[in-house]
Amino acid sequence: MSRLLPLSARATFAHGVHPAEHKEATHASVIERMRFADTYVLALSQHIGAASKPVVRVGQRVERGQLIAEPVGFVSTALHAPVAGTVAAIEPRPLPAGKSGLCIVVRRDPFDSQRFTDQITSRYPPGDADDLIQRVQHAGIVGFGGAAFPSHVKLSVPEGKRVRDVFLNGCECEPYLTCDHRVMVERPQAVLRGAELVRQQVHAERVYIGVEANKPDAIAALRAHIPALSPIEVVELTVKYPQGAEKMLIDAVVHRRVPAGKLPIEVEAAVQNVATAAAIADLVDLGVPLVERVVTVTGPGIARPANVLVPIGTPLRELLDHCGGLLPTARQVVLGGPMMGLAQKDLDVPVTKGLSGVLALTEPATWLQEQPCIRCGRCLDACPMFLNPQRLALMVRHERTEDLEALHLRDCFECASCSFVCPSNLPLVQLMRVGKGLLRRQQEAA
Amino acid sequence: MGDFAGAVAILAGLCLFFGVVLALANSKLKVWQDPRVDDVAGKLPGANCGACGQPGCRAFAEQVVAGKLAPGKCTVSSAGIIADIAGLLGVEAGGDEKRVARLACAGGKSAVRDIADYRGLGSCGAAAVVAAGGRACPWGCLGLGDCARSCNFGAIVMKSEGLPVVDVGKCVACNDCVVACPLGLFSLRPMSDQILVQCSTPLAGPMAREMCQVACDACGRCALDAPAGAIEMVGGLAVVRAAGFSDVKSTLRCPTGAIQWVEAGQFALPKRVALRALSLGRLHARAG
Repeated sequence: MSRLLPLSARATFAHGVHPAEHKEATHASVIERMRFADTYVLALSQHIGAASKPVVRVGQRVERGQLIAEPVGFVSTALHAPVAGTVAAIEPRPLPAGKSGLCIVVRRDPFDSQRFTDQITSRYPPGDADDLIQRVQHAGIVGFGGAAFPSHVKLSVPEGKRVRDVFLNGCECEPYLTCDHRVMVERPQAVLRGAELVRQQVHAERVYIGVEANKPDAIAALRAHIPALSPIEVVELTVKYPQGAEKMLIDAVVHRRVPAGKLPIEVEAAVQNVATAAAIADLVDLGVPLVERVVTVTGPGIARPANVLVPIGTPLRELLDHCGGLLPTARQVVLGGPMMGLAQKDLDVPVTKGLSGVLALTEPATWLQEQPCIRCGRCLDACPMFLNPQRLALMVRHERTEDLEALHLRDCFECASCSFVCPSNLPLVQLMRVGKGLLRRQQEAA
Repeated sequence: MGDFAGAVAILAGLCLFFGVVLALANSKLKVWQDPRVDDVAGKLPGANCGACGQPGCRAFAEQVVAGKLAPGKCTVSSAGIIADIAGLLGVEAGGDEKRVARLACAGGKSAVRDIADYRGLGSCGAAAVVAAGGRACPWGCLGLGDCARSCNFGAIVMKSEGLPVVDVGKCVACNDCVVACPLGLFSLRPMSDQILVQCSTPLAGPMAREMCQVACDACGRCALDAPAGAIEMVGGLAVVRAAGFSDVKSTLRCPTGAIQWVEAGQFALPKRVALRALSLGRLHARAG
């Protein structure tokens, strides 16, 4: 609509939904640290791509930030010990979302100061940004937005392509979550430094930091630190979900649409999360690899909502205990935001690099009875990728894979806008995921 | 009258011409087909289940008549029908030993902790792509019955323990349940494989037992009680290495009942073992 009405103040994309924000519980909570746990469980596959390969033995002493698993291939990343201690085991463990996989278990040394030793930081000499791609890969930095896509892959520009604009994603359009918001408010210089590093790496002309209008303090903090004549610009966006999806963000800021099935590089764009940019700045300026991230723990079912700087691999239960534990009214724990996150059944799983939030929800906020589809078409108006979710759902139920291809199921990125608006409470996103599984299985059989 | 006679003559001529063409085509382009293929295909069940490895019953019949497959490879037909076909063709009935689908999990409702209430779509495939059901074990049976729905022979029934129980008499080893299970818990085993490891968790020791009462915690007792090399511990699980090994003694000291000696169907304990299990107060592995 903004394109049709020149008077409308802020940019956004077409379609999408307006869920209640629920950010008030934590948007002003200063990021806090938590006590170190006794053991940390580090999954070898907590990013998209090939699993890392362990480079430590059971019983070996490791320092905080020491490399414990190295990348295998280009779309893969490294893993570092979140604490000083000993490697207790390398074995399969239950992981979030009902998965399981090989993990390195590190037992903390209770007598260690847990400071980064010079040996660790000298591996990544401060100030030296040469070959940033390799350094980011070996520092284990992944996209903090939720998908955990290795960041160095997005920093490398393929042969024959170019990047004109870098987009930093500070939308945080998921309800409840405030971790990126707090990073922007508390560490604007790190975000801007990361933005500049990314811009130089991909030889871009401009950097747009897209922030939704419901975070005025973040916008003010960033703008206050941007020097004159800087190629970095903070763009205030209309509050709408899923603006934080990279294709939506590019469309909202510069009105360029990424073609179906293609990557942002097709429209000369590269997208990084604001917290990822801050992690890249920390790597270059302080020499520390990725061993911790900010997680928002919130929802009506938690005693003390907070934004917590959590070492990767912390048991979920310890994190909840740090926030006062679950209230008796809590009925569901969701990892991630309420729109795209998955309900979690087992609280003995570790925090992974892609975890942005932990929500404790109470009964009325969740479960609703499924009703038959009434063909109202609201899901079509909500889908930011202009798909037909109800028809896709029908085809999934009948396992008609050729129709799923024809209806572009692969373009669905599971934002859950369709499920959100459905008056019949159809589990549309779950069906999309089932459908993608059908396509994958068919591809494997062929 | 002349017009009428002319029309009849032209039609008769056309008929004669095409008759000759067809007669020539029939003799020149004839494809000989063994009439026995029709006979054999007529006797087969026509389920097109694919258990024999052929794309359908007709393709199987062609292979049998050509002598490339034994009639006994059809696992659906009764012994009488197989003998009938073998008699018709004058060949051995042949075929492999009967195989059945076996589940590598015994984690029923009373054995594995239910730690959550799953309220999504009611199929294992759908549950596996989100939170993976409500049971504590991420490797075990989800209990939502995709296998039972996939079975064309009604051989799998979800019993009250929330585990699929395979009717050994009805199972034809068609592989449908193996494909349907998102966790890959089913496998086709010959009936003579009487020692079954009914667990899939790679965890060992107390972690496995805390999660599920009938988990294999890789204690190694079964391996010690069996002849050397017959049972090995691999990745937190007991693995039966020797084909056809069926010594019940090796299963008796199992502290959880994860390794079982089966008479025919799973989760129906043979009397001798059941008595022993009762005396130890661990009959919780029993489903149904």
